[in-house]
Amino acid sequence: MLNYVIKRIAIAIPTMLILIILSFLLMHAAPGGPFTSERPLPPQVLANIEAKYGLDQPLWRQMVNYVWGVVTQFDFGPSFKYKDRTVNEIIAQGFPITLKYGFWSFVFAIGVGIPLGAIAAIRKNTWIDYLAVGVSIGAQVLPNFVMAPLLVITFTLWLGWLPGGGWNGGSIEYLIMPVIALSTSYMASIARITRSSMLEVLNSNFIRTAKAKGLPGRTILLRHALKPSLLPVISYLGPAFVGLITGSVVIDIYFSTGGMGYFFVNSATNRDYSVMMGITILVGFLTIMFSLVVDMLYAWIDPKIRY
Amino acid sequence: MSLLEVNNLSVEFATQDGAVRAVNNVSFSVDEGKTLAIVGESGSGKSQTVFAMMGLLAANGKATGSVRFEGDEVLGLTGDALNAIRAQKMAMIFQDPMTSLNPYMRISDQMAEVLVHHNGLSKSDAIKQSIRMLDAVKIPEAKNRIRMFPHEFSGGMRQRVMIAMSLLCQPKLLIADEPTTALDVTVQAQIMRLLAEIQKDFGTAIILITHDLGVVAGNSDDTLVMYGGQVMEVGTTESVYAAPTHPYTQGLMSAVPRVDSELDKLVTIPGNPPNMMNMPTGCPFTPRCRFAIEKCLKTMPELVHSGGDAGHMRACNVPKEDLV
Repeated sequence: MLNYVIKRIAIAIPTMLILIILSFLLMHAAPGGPFTSERPLPPQVLANIEAKYGLDQPLWRQMVNYVWGVVTQFDFGPSFKYKDRTVNEIIAQGFPITLKYGFWSFVFAIGVGIPLGAIAAIRKNTWIDYLAVGVSIGAQVLPNFVMAPLLVITFTLWLGWLPGGGWNGGSIEYLIMPVIALSTSYMASIARITRSSMLEVLNSNFIRTAKAKGLPGRTILLRHALKPSLLPVISYLGPAFVGLITGSVVIDIYFSTGGMGYFFVNSATNRDYSVMMGITILVGFLTIMFSLVVDMLYAWIDPKIRY
Repeated sequence: MSLLEVNNLSVEFATQDGAVRAVNNVSFSVDEGKTLAIVGESGSGKSQTVFAMMGLLAANGKATGSVRFEGDEVLGLTGDALNAIRAQKMAMIFQDPMTSLNPYMRISDQMAEVLVHHNGLSKSDAIKQSIRMLDAVKIPEAKNRIRMFPHEFSGGMRQRVMIAMSLLCQPKLLIADEPTTALDVTVQAQIMRLLAEIQKDFGTAIILITHDLGVVAGNSDDTLVMYGGQVMEVGTTESVYAAPTHPYTQGLMSAVPRVDSELDKLVTIPGNPPNMMNMPTGCPFTPRCRFAIEKCLKTMPELVHSGGDAGHMRACNVPKEDLV
């Protein structure tokens, strides 16, 4: 097991390098640069600025310098757009916010999604099932940029219960709407995966054996059916978790939460090379790590999987 | 009074295309410590008959009639009342040992939970007793192997585990639904021998469902032949084998290849089992029966004494003498 983990981490290193190189090249292949603006700067000024940020050097050298800085000093460089701020500072500011509402969205999506799917499976073809399936399809087809304004209209403008935006250190009343808006589609996916996988498990021969053993329904469900039903859910949860904790531009813009999603999209449109790269690397790193976590969880649930 | 008395048991499934009658007015009984073999082709309703007895029918299935265990009606029980019968009075082992054990749980947990739930034993006592039972079904090194997962056992060993698990509460009736179908021939013989020994040691009555007539011959007291959800012939195994009185039973018997006769082609019963979706009104075997007469198309014959041993019954419109 330990060997396997070490091997997986070793493989992660070249994967990360390829990710860095590809996104670096793509970023620079896009037309324009961080200092392109509607009113062009005088050529001399532009040359000075580009020299300051090292943009006058050949691309391969820029890349080597960048990777060197990242690997040796964990330095993602200065932002090209936010003067006097480094990428590390921007991530340090945005990531905790994103992490907080992302984490609670994850908890909400699992906490509602799994029971909803399980109840639908257990009460298959009853009104409870139809209701649960209806709710999850509805939640799935409502994109968060529709969900967010609907929530604001209802809870801020109409009922006046919740503030329409802002962060305020992530206190609960500022957290509720971002979490709901972000998590509904994930919740719906989890519910549907849980339902179909649980239906399959409940029809399997070993559940029939458990019934023949005279065990009560609750025991059969919790001890025999739940764990195998969750296997497909878990493989979905790894990428979902990364997607949630790395934020959403829609949430950051609608609710002015100031998370990483906002910086990420802005950096792409502004050609803020270093911010863009920094966040890409962070997301890539988390994705690789959580797919490893998912594989570990698989081995924990399914005794046939041994590394 | 017999240990188990089944009277006019019918099973129907509600499907989108209408009701499907899988079992039609089946009656039989099993005495304590005896073995009844239920024989028939796939789809003859033999498995559904016993599933109905154990309350294991699919959600769209409905059983009618009467199943009495030690005189008490068990058909239609639900919840705790049903669970009190299962495993304690009637236990069951299934056709496919590869999928009938929970692949995500250790054998120890799967066995112990039966005793913990039904007999209120502590987990450690339950495991001790489970090990004794694994010893009884001749699993080598049961003490160590009980900690393993199902996939670490071979098919034959898993079926032994299933048998051990079903016997934990010492049920008076063990239902074995094609226990050897998924196993290879040498292992089949071992499992059948094991079942016979268990019957001797524990005095368990067995309902053996199979389509292997060779298995039936050496291992059962009575034989019940089913076709299209109906009982065609029933009697002591000796009597049914010595003198089958129903064209279907005769066809089955002649389809068994014998080592002492030379033949180029295996004997078959021409045609296919009936489509349960639209059962013919008369005897379901009529289209495949070479003795069929006009009457067979319209009326399903009653089960009547065949003229052989006591209890040897047949359901056929054609007189026994004409079946040549």
